[in-house]
Amino acid sequence: MTDDTPNTGIHPSLSAMRNKPASVLIIGSGPIVIGQAAEFDYAGTQACKAMREEGVRSILVNSNPATIMTDAEVADAVYIEPLTVPVLERIIARERPEGLLPTLGGQTGLNLARELADAGILEKYNVRLLGTPLRAIRQAEDRDEFRQLMNALGEPIPTSAIVHTMDEAYAFAKEIGFPEVPLIVRPAYTLGGTGGGIAHTWPELDLVVQSGIGASPIGQILLERSLVGWKEIEYEVMRDAADNCITVCNMENFDPMGVHTGDSIVVAPSQTLTDREYQMLRTSALKIIRALGIEGGCNVQFGLDPYSFNYIVIEVNPRVSRSSALASKATGYPIARVAAKIAVGRTLDEIPNSVTGETTAAFEPALDYCVVKIPRWPFDKFPHGDRTIGTQMKATGEVMAIERTFEAAFQKAVRSLEMGSRTLLWEDASWREPEGLTRIWSLIDTPNDIRLWALMAALRRGVAVAELHRRTRIDTWFLDRLACIHALEQRLLREPLTPGLLWDAKRRGFSDAQVATLSDTVQGLPDRVRELRDQWQIAPVFKMVDTCAAEFAARTPYFYSTYEVENEAIVPPGKSAIVIGSGPIRIGQGIEFDYCSVHSAWALRDAGWGSVMINSNPETVSTDFDTSDRLYFEALDEESVLEVIRNEAGGPGKPMPPVIAQFGGQTAINLAGPLNRLGVPVIGSSVDTIDLAEDRRRFERFLDGLGIPQPPGTGVTSVSDAITIANHIGYPVLVRPSYVLGGRAMEIIGEESDLERYLTNVVSPTEKSPVLIDKYLQGKEVEVDAICDGEVTLIPGIMEHIERAGVHSGDSFAVYPAINLAEAIVEQLVSYTERIAIGLGVRGLVNIQYVIHQGQVYVIEVNPRSSRTVPFLSKVTGVPMVRLATHIQLGKTLREMGYSGGLWPRQNLVAVKAPVFSMSKLIGVDTYLGPEMKSTGEVMGIDHTFAPALYKAMVGAGVISMTPSKTSTPGLLLSIADRDKDDAVPVIKQFATNGYRLFATAGTARMIRTLGLAVREVGKINDGDHTITELIRSGEVTLVVNTITGGRGVLQDGFEIRRVAVETRIPCLTSLDTASALASSLSLGANDYSVLPITEYGKPRG
Amino acid sequence: MSAPRFILALEDGRSFFGFRALDPGQSAHDDAASGTGGEAVFCTAMTGYQEICTDPSFRGQITTLTYPLIDNYGINADDFESARPWINALVVREYCTGPSNWRTNGSLSTWLGQHGIPIVEGIDTRSLTRHLRMHGAMRASLAPPRTGTIADDDDPGAWINGRTPGARIEAEYLSGIARGLPVLEDQELVEGVSTSALGLVDHDTWAPFAAPPRSRHAHRVVLIDCGVKHNIARSLTRRGLDTVIVPYHTSAEEILALEPAGVVIGNGPGDPSAAALATTVQTLRTLLDGPVASGRMALTAVCLGHQVMGLAIGAQTSRLRFGHRGANHPVRDVTTGRVYITSQNHGFQVDATTIPDASGFTVSHVNVNDGSVEGLAHRELPVFTVQYHPEASPGPQDNQYLFDRFVDSLETIG
Repeated sequence: MTDDTPNTGIHPSLSAMRNKPASVLIIGSGPIVIGQAAEFDYAGTQACKAMREEGVRSILVNSNPATIMTDAEVADAVYIEPLTVPVLERIIARERPEGLLPTLGGQTGLNLARELADAGILEKYNVRLLGTPLRAIRQAEDRDEFRQLMNALGEPIPTSAIVHTMDEAYAFAKEIGFPEVPLIVRPAYTLGGTGGGIAHTWPELDLVVQSGIGASPIGQILLERSLVGWKEIEYEVMRDAADNCITVCNMENFDPMGVHTGDSIVVAPSQTLTDREYQMLRTSALKIIRALGIEGGCNVQFGLDPYSFNYIVIEVNPRVSRSSALASKATGYPIARVAAKIAVGRTLDEIPNSVTGETTAAFEPALDYCVVKIPRWPFDKFPHGDRTIGTQMKATGEVMAIERTFEAAFQKAVRSLEMGSRTLLWEDASWREPEGLTRIWSLIDTPNDIRLWALMAALRRGVAVAELHRRTRIDTWFLDRLACIHALEQRLLREPLTPGLLWDAKRRGFSDAQVATLSDTVQGLPDRVRELRDQWQIAPVFKMVDTCAAEFAARTPYFYSTYEVENEAIVPPGKSAIVIGSGPIRIGQGIEFDYCSVHSAWALRDAGWGSVMINSNPETVSTDFDTSDRLYFEALDEESVLEVIRNEAGGPGKPMPPVIAQFGGQTAINLAGPLNRLGVPVIGSSVDTIDLAEDRRRFERFLDGLGIPQPPGTGVTSVSDAITIANHIGYPVLVRPSYVLGGRAMEIIGEESDLERYLTNVVSPTEKSPVLIDKYLQGKEVEVDAICDGEVTLIPGIMEHIERAGVHSGDSFAVYPAINLAEAIVEQLVSYTERIAIGLGVRGLVNIQYVIHQGQVYVIEVNPRSSRTVPFLSKVTGVPMVRLATHIQLGKTLREMGYSGGLWPRQNLVAVKAPVFSMSKLIGVDTYLGPEMKSTGEVMGIDHTFAPALYKAMVGAGVISMTPSKTSTPGLLLSIADRDKDDAVPVIKQFATNGYRLFATAGTARMIRTLGLAVREVGKINDGDHTITELIRSGEVTLVVNTITGGRGVLQDGFEIRRVAVETRIPCLTSLDTASALASSLSLGANDYSVLPITEYGKPRG
Repeated sequence: MSAPRFILALEDGRSFFGFRALDPGQSAHDDAASGTGGEAVFCTAMTGYQEICTDPSFRGQITTLTYPLIDNYGINADDFESARPWINALVVREYCTGPSNWRTNGSLSTWLGQHGIPIVEGIDTRSLTRHLRMHGAMRASLAPPRTGTIADDDDPGAWINGRTPGARIEAEYLSGIARGLPVLEDQELVEGVSTSALGLVDHDTWAPFAAPPRSRHAHRVVLIDCGVKHNIARSLTRRGLDTVIVPYHTSAEEILALEPAGVVIGNGPGDPSAAALATTVQTLRTLLDGPVASGRMALTAVCLGHQVMGLAIGAQTSRLRFGHRGANHPVRDVTTGRVYITSQNHGFQVDATTIPDASGFTVSHVNVNDGSVEGLAHRELPVFTVQYHPEASPGPQDNQYLFDRFVDSLETIG
């Protein structure tokens, strides 16, 4: 038919607009922080693939090594360098790209593009800004220009004022009748709403306005009338240069306005909008993207009055975003890939829809399922932080679930959160107390991370949906769905379990574990529920996400489970293996594990195996539909994973495919044992190897057998044992629960009373879950990652930590290669690592942490799985660690792959990994570094020598600026614990030499004066004045160094200093080692560092 | 006991099992209780079920909605596309009781039930859609099993999966009934959905939400009703046009007697080559050869109207395998290269190869997905047609500009 169509091609006038660039610079988003996570790795990786398809040379820059996009094979030139204007200028000068694509690196990328333009660099090198015009960046981001644009378009926006000072804020507040009308503060040019907030009272207004002005790089905020209670709706829209516009998806927030969309439960598509409302907002979104002139993707957020057609435009993001990643995964429409192609001149109807293979990108996805996203908050790690959620985003990650009903999708999403084994049935113990309902209501009235459980608890206590709606303004449609879940809970409690009841429960998303908890029939045994399901033929089927509601045949196998009739996930012939992903991004389990999962899937393909991915995280590359041969978007719990495996087996009684549990962090490794017990072949290191490494007593005997020392200590199962052991080995001791990642609840404890506090309030030892107590040995910490095939052990590299042992490895600066270790120590590390890997029976990756205490090497921890440092080490050494490990698990040996054992040759380069924190988003969380991990991301500084590598790591992590203010001198505020004072002397001297003005608390100031240095003494906070706070806020201080002795009092004392520093965005170092390293890199000149593609470092320099 | 069981049996022997969807308090023993037959089709629009149910083009069809959650926002007084629902039955994955929207004044099932139309839920609608995509739209019977044929257990899972004893036999019986139903081509569907007498489109009743008519355009237009959606009429009156609606069989002479500057022929159900539409084809021919050819009348057509126009200019029409029904179909304007997202609802098409060159018409719009004809335009005269629905309802509002174009063409009439 198309042959007869007069003109199916593109109109000739379009070709005039085309000017495809030969090369494009793509800016990544830098380290993972709250508000800017793995979604930009996904976007950037897609963009690089798109450039390759279009024949455009791609040049990528990002400071974050734990990303797929920074793999040498993804882009044509990869720079792992700090994201600053001077660095970018050098890259541009070297590569001379014709275009700059700034819309895929989040707010970081957009801001940097604006700065490059403002500095005249784009003009100087004749670089075209692609995708989003500079004017649109300003119009969308600058509150004043945004308001002007919306007024010109006739699009409604909230009553608001642009404010730069407190006085302006007061004036506006009085004008609109504050405090009767609450006010929202939104700082300009920040990501994730950093520094924003709601004010109901005058003191609150002072606080949020000041914080907001401080957070905005241009000191500008928007004050607006709060629209709490309105529906919040988002549209993802796309536009090409021919002015073709489509919407990819709309989404409705479960939480009404007032909660940041990144912290909201979000549903796609909208559920409570009639077509009239849906189209009204869609039309508005398209009008806005046209007016902005964006060529690519854009996100428009609306507030909609639940009682009229009134709406307002809240915000426009002229770039791909977290929401666009979610929309891509929710619909199968690859927004970033299409946006990148549009940016180099393609029109929507020229871009094939790779899901169907027969249609194009010029259409709007039709969903035939319901998608629920729930944010993952870090409050399991920070129980004392402020857990309320509002306009400032606090979540580190998110999960997505797909099902055919809201109830089932919602329950699946809750299971995907991996909050222990917490299902929707979970209730806090305090809720069952007499005052429980009051506590429940307090959690319902103010949004927080456990509100959804509180809503269920209220329903269980007879609270009516109407009452919940009155207090929360959550739409009754959503609350009715929760009530429907509750009604089924009641049936499961009261009625005997029949095939009919079980079918109904599965259709509403109840897990076998939930059914087992509720139903008397099965004695609390989830396995029994599964047996009944098998007997009654109640099994999930898998449906395809195909962008088109089955209207066209789709060829990209992207599946979700549901209880329906027809199964579409028919397994093709040939061998395949399953990679278990790592779930939502959380502190301690970040993007690094997604990196490993992706590489494992690729390695399976290389080896001629089919690759099957299971994961629940919509932000990531692993859940991109073309990363693996088959993608199952599922919760990572025993039931969901087993059902996928059973489907992949191709029928009952057929052999199950092998499962790889080594790359998905603790999530995957924790599933190895249960799956193994169910007869699933878990390949690689055996379940016994995992247990041997994690069972403290077995591991102790194992090391004894090898004659390798570890700090004295043991696992204890009671408080009295703990105290006996601690007294025996001597304080300080390091305590932690077994089987955790990221050092959760790990502490260094100096005395018995503190140990008692820990064992009563933090973690209680039991027979099933012992607490580990080790002697805390101060010394240099060293980390080794190795690959072992059972006979040969390859050690790609040894990394040395800058901070002494006691700071969690994930929060430490680390250096490759280990530059301060004697050869004898290195030999010992290699020997220990080989003996441990072989002795444990490791097949694949193993990560070992050592401490070197008084010249003696001790083993602190062995993890028989991939680690956080694998992407970093793979990149700097060139050893494809995950690929080798995957091939080993499939049966190959290192020798067969051309590798021999021992330490891989040291590369002729130095790479420093620096941790990055998101503390400014987490009110009430202490920032001091200890054994419990607190960082959310990392950056890498790489160079030919240590000093510039460290300098770049410091810059990348935001500890120092590459372009310091020329007008004012830098200021350093010191508050040093007594035990560190001697060590601090050379550090302080070095800062003084580099022109820092010194400020210090009383004791520290006394010590500095004895050195003959000028210092201004400031009173501590609890001295009754607020001098420190005022000093930090005044801007005279540009860096804070605050070390602690432990002990709760001092900790509390420094807490205020640290929080004020964080809230005013001044770097605060809590380890003298970091400060010392920083001081040593200060004297570096502006051009004393290299800017090179990652593959160029380590090559012989001519 | 749960809701009454229903079987959807297709003429090719494939069957699906579900339950009648009932609102709280709604009687299961109404005119819809005994079931129905019709052509099984699917629609992929995610919103707008009220508009879909009342779109006369769906007459004679058992419509399945691919979006699984239906009646979330109930029905309201404003979103009707005609005076009553025309579908024969609605098939959904899950019917929601307790709709939520500020305009809600009723529930879908109760209202459809009053018109003898059942909603059947619990069906694996994606599986049904896949089947229709692969095998084409086809006749189907939707009915409860006959009394005493099915084991009386309380196991919805077994029923939905067709494992309940007796279910398969009963499904085969209903497939046989489906095979005995008349095919869509043989049905006279327009009669009954068209207005029976000439009338002026009253802006207040037809377009409660539109802006008041602009007086600048005092043009009179005639709207030929083959089952036209309210929003087509609204889109005309909203632009200030004095719109007279006439039955589908109105002759050219009768139309000319009304002295219109333009004529619009709207959407409607069934096959454009149905015998009843022969007079309509003749009317269009007369208009084309007379006032249109002499530059005294503008003409435009939508959906079924477009197909009838195709016949009037000597082209042929044929059936699409499973049709285009949804709110996301991309259409390219071949003159500008621009792509528009459109609302569509049709099972027939004008065949591009059969358009006589001498007619002066060319293909103006094509479907980006399958290349089928989406619009025709005359090389010189003010005549254009579109296969899709510029009035939307439901669907994107992006194509309202076509009504502006029509108004502009009226300005050129001498």
